[in-house]
Amino acid sequence: MAEGKKVKLALYWAATCGGCDVATLDIEERILDLAAIADIVLWPVAMDFKYEDVETLEDGSVDICLFNGAVRLGEHEELAKLLRQKCKVMVAFGSCACFGGIPGLANVANREQIFNIAYKETVSTENPEGVTPQTELEVDGKKLTLPVFFDEVFALDRVVDVDYYVPGCPPAVERINDLVDIVAKYAETGELPPKGAVIASEKALCEECPRKREEKRIKEIRRPQDFLPDTEKCLLEQGLICLGPATRGGCGARCINANMPCRGCYGPTAAVRDHGASVLSAIASVLGLEEETELTEEQLTAITDQIKDPLGTFYRFTLPVALLNKVVQKKEVE
Amino acid sequence: MSFEPKIIGFACNWCTYAGADLAGTSRLKYPPNIRLIRVMCTGRIDPEFILAAFARGADGVFVGGCHPGDCHYMSGNYKAKRRIELLRKMLAQLGISPERLRMEFISAAEGAKFAQVIREFTEKLKELGPSPLKAEE
Repeated sequence: MAEGKKVKLALYWAATCGGCDVATLDIEERILDLAAIADIVLWPVAMDFKYEDVETLEDGSVDICLFNGAVRLGEHEELAKLLRQKCKVMVAFGSCACFGGIPGLANVANREQIFNIAYKETVSTENPEGVTPQTELEVDGKKLTLPVFFDEVFALDRVVDVDYYVPGCPPAVERINDLVDIVAKYAETGELPPKGAVIASEKALCEECPRKREEKRIKEIRRPQDFLPDTEKCLLEQGLICLGPATRGGCGARCINANMPCRGCYGPTAAVRDHGASVLSAIASVLGLEEETELTEEQLTAITDQIKDPLGTFYRFTLPVALLNKVVQKKEVE
Repeated sequence: MSFEPKIIGFACNWCTYAGADLAGTSRLKYPPNIRLIRVMCTGRIDPEFILAAFARGADGVFVGGCHPGDCHYMSGNYKAKRRIELLRKMLAQLGISPERLRMEFISAAEGAKFAQVIREFTEKLKELGPSPLKAEE
């Protein structure tokens, strides 16, 4: 782009709760800075543009797309591809776009299982004919269509090429401000960070955690609803499963400061490929450390059994980008 | 052709790898299904290595380390044991039989035990059949 001109910006939401869009507005008066340097061409949550408006744009004519949400439906994939074609820079905005996020936990089931529960099996559902969503239907000679519901949830970069990642559920305001600075610098000079950059810390959350650590070891797993944790001491040492040791920092330790353990929304650190494996490794090395030399098989099982749902806890935000990213279709065990 | 499982094995330098060596020099027979990878300590085995082995088509993963109290680095084998226990639970959640991941303590003197464990594990995997992850491809 020519320097000094206004940046063209597209914001899109796919499989998401809408929190990322709210977080974008949380930058408060800086939103006006953004409006001063950028023209928005698509923002479904806030403005009335149609998909056709995007289709008519010239390829590569939009500078930056902030894409939030995972890819769950055919519509999301279509828009991701369309926006990739129209935009010079694609930003995966928020944990869902970066790693699949909370919607990605649906990968513990497939389409059929999800449809069965949502449209047939819940107590309040009355659906005697067992109707589930179809992609095409003829009514009075007219064809009605719905986007396809994929068998699994994808992170954005499994569908299109992604230039930058802004993790977080939702991204921290400070990091969105960093992103605004990047956009502003781009508008002024045409310069961008190196491709693949993650707008967060390179290190683990523990590095920026204000709490006191003595010696990391857990005797017993406890849950946040069971007790009021000490506000000074490391939450992991108090028995709470805190994903801090294996999760990228940059969030400003906002959950920790609210006396809640890290849930892992910033994903793995720069050096790690698989977030869940990294969390598992960290938790298992401090759990039952106290009497490790005397543990019998039964005691060991009892200790690990305290973690009720390792898959959902360790991969809470990153299952779709894990090495084993979904439950196998033909299960060997229930 | 009958099913021949592929096993990826991680063996610690000080005990199990030496045990495997002893099995070899003692000319003990065990199935050729295992591909053994030497690591300095079982505590060095990142759970990610095991997941990667399964993701790339291993039918089973074997981890061999020093007996309790014998770890060259004091506590690597205990750590590995807890990680594998938890990982087995997670594999079950993914629909993969936890029996596909086996850990044993095998010392440098236990060549016969190494051969026996690999024989048993290979038989077990033959019973279970190919990894369900392969059917998905």
